[in-house]
Amino acid sequence: MNEIEQVIQLLSRLPGLGPRSARRAALHMIQKREGLMRPLADALDRAVENIRICATCGNIDTHDPCSVCTDPKRDDTQICVVEQVGDLWALERTGAFRGRFHILGGVLSALDGIGPEDLNIESLLSRVGPDQPVKEVILATNLTVDGQTTAHYLTERLAASGVSVTRLAHGVPVGGELDYLDDGTLSAALKARHALES
Amino acid sequence: MALAAMQSVDMQGTMAPKLAVQKLTLSNFRNYVSARLDVDQGPVLLTGENGAGKTNLLEAVSMLAPGRGLRTAKTREMDRAGGDSPWAVSATVMSTMGEVSLGSGREPEGERRLVRINGANARSQAALGEYVNVVWLTPQMDGLFQEGASARRRFLDRLIYGFDSAHAGRLNAYDKTLRERSRLLKEGRADAAWLDALETQMVERGIAIVAARKTMAERLNLVCRKADGPFPGAGVAVTGSLEDWLGRMPALQTEDRFKQALQENRRRDAETGGAAHGPHRSDLEVTHLGKGMQASLCSTGEQKALLISIVLAHAKLQAAELGTAPILLLDEVAAHLDADRRAALFEILLGLNSQSWLTGTEPGVFEGLLDRAQLFRVANATIERIDNNN
Ligand SMILES: [Zn+2]
Repeated sequence: MNEIEQVIQLLSRLPGLGPRSARRAALHMIQKREGLMRPLADALDRAVENIRICATCGNIDTHDPCSVCTDPKRDDTQICVVEQVGDLWALERTGAFRGRFHILGGVLSALDGIGPEDLNIESLLSRVGPDQPVKEVILATNLTVDGQTTAHYLTERLAASGVSVTRLAHGVPVGGELDYLDDGTLSAALKARHALES
Repeated sequence: MALAAMQSVDMQGTMAPKLAVQKLTLSNFRNYVSARLDVDQGPVLLTGENGAGKTNLLEAVSMLAPGRGLRTAKTREMDRAGGDSPWAVSATVMSTMGEVSLGSGREPEGERRLVRINGANARSQAALGEYVNVVWLTPQMDGLFQEGASARRRFLDRLIYGFDSAHAGRLNAYDKTLRERSRLLKEGRADAAWLDALETQMVERGIAIVAARKTMAERLNLVCRKADGPFPGAGVAVTGSLEDWLGRMPALQTEDRFKQALQENRRRDAETGGAAHGPHRSDLEVTHLGKGMQASLCSTGEQKALLISIVLAHAKLQAAELGTAPILLLDEVAAHLDADRRAALFEILLGLNSQSWLTGTEPGVFEGLLDRAQLFRVANATIERIDNNN
C-alpha cells in the first residue's frame, strides 16, 4: 500500500467518513499540500504528544487537571455527569451550565460487558462527600435504555453522599442523544431539571 | 362514545380511504431485483402461484410500518439472495397527514434498518408509525391459538401500535432491560444497585405495556363481542400475573408489587433465565362467544374466522377513533373462507377507509370483488396488472 492509499484507508476509519468521502478528503488535502495537509499533520502530531486525560473529571485537554476543573470562575457546588466528552462539548456550546463536569466514559451495558468498574464511577463518588463543596449532581446521560439504567444506578450510589441528584428534564426526546440536540433544547432541559428518586 | 362514532363510520362506509399506498418500489428485496407497483386507493389483489412473490410484496408493505414486518424477519434475511446491494423499499403513501414518501432498507454495512421520511433520514423506525399502521393475517398465523404465547402477544401488540406509537419503543426498552438483567444474573453478578436500576426500568415500562394491552382488549371487546354477519363474536382478554395485580390494585401499587417480585425472584430467574413475572409472560385469550368455547378448542375454520373478527373490529375501532383504519394485508385469507364469509369480508373491506391487500392463487377466489379492485398477476418476481378496470 503506498502513502496515499494509506491516508485514504486511515481517513475512512473516521466516524461519518466512508471510503468515498475519505478519497475526496485525501484528494483535497493533496491538492493543498502546503496550505492544509502539512499544518494538519503538524497539528495532529502536536495533539498526540500533548493530549492529557484529566484525572479528576475524565475530560480531554492539554493539561491535567483540565481547564474546566481549574477555572476559578466555575461553580464548585454543581457537577454535571455526562457519558462522553462530546456531551460536555455540546453542553459547553450552550453556555447554560457554569459548574464542573464528570465524564463517565460510557454507560452500563451487561450485554456489551461494560460494568461499573469500566466507567469513571469511583472517581465521581470521590468528588462528593461531606468535606466536598458539591451540593448537586446533575445526571445528563442520554435518554437511551443504557443511559437511563446508568442514571438510576448512579442515583442509588450517590444516595449515601447526601448531595441532591437531578436529571435533565424530559424535553429531550426519548432515545435522544445530547450530542444531536440543538442548543435551545439543551439549555431548556438543563434549566428544567428535576430531582430523581432512587 | 366509541360505539356511536363507529356507527357513523358505517354510514360513511363508502368514503375514500385515508390511508393507502399509491406507489411501491422494491429493490433487491426477497426475490425481487426491482419492481414498481402503482395502485389507487381500492383493494389490491395479487394472484399467482405459490413462491411467485405475492407474500414478499405484502412483506414490503409491512416494512412501511415500525417493527420486523410480516415474517418477523431479521434485516439481512430480506436481502435478495445473490443481490449486490442491500434491500430497499420505498413508497408514496396517502396518510391522514397528506401524501408522504417513505423509504426503508438495510444499512449498507450493518444490520440496522434505515428509515427515510420525505427524503430525510429518520432517527428511528418508530417514526414510521406516525404515518402508517399495518395489520396482517398470514397462513403462519393459522396456529396462533395453538402456539406459544409469544406469537399471540406479538399479534396484540401490533394492534396497539396504531393507537399508541410509543408502545413499540416501550416493548423494545423492556426487552433490552430484561436481557441485561438476565445477563447479570447469569454471570452471577450480585451488584444490587445495577440490578435495581434495571428492575426499576422494567417496572416502569412493564406496567405501561400491560396497561396498554388491557386497554386494547377492553376496547376490542366493545366491537368484536358482537358477531359481524358470518364472523363470530369474539371475547378478548389478556392474562398474566401483572394483569391480575393491575385488576386488583392501583397502578402505583402494582409497580411496587412487580418490583418486589423481581427482587424476590433473582435467584430463581438466574437459574431459569428470563423472569418469573412480567409482560413477557402475558397471554392473549380469545373465546368464541357463540359457542362459548376457547379459541384453541375451535375448528381451524372457526379459529381463522375469530382472527378475522378481531382484525376487522380493530380496523373499525381505529377508523372511528383516529379517522383511519390500518392498511390490511390478508395473505391467502380469501381462499379458505366459505362463500358467505368471503362475500361478507369483501363488503367490510370496501367499507373500511383504508387500503387492503389480498393474495390468492386464482382470480376466482376474489369473485365479487374483482370489478371494484385492482388485480395483478405475480410471476417470477414480476408484477403485471391484468384487470381491465383501467
Ligand atoms: Zn477536569
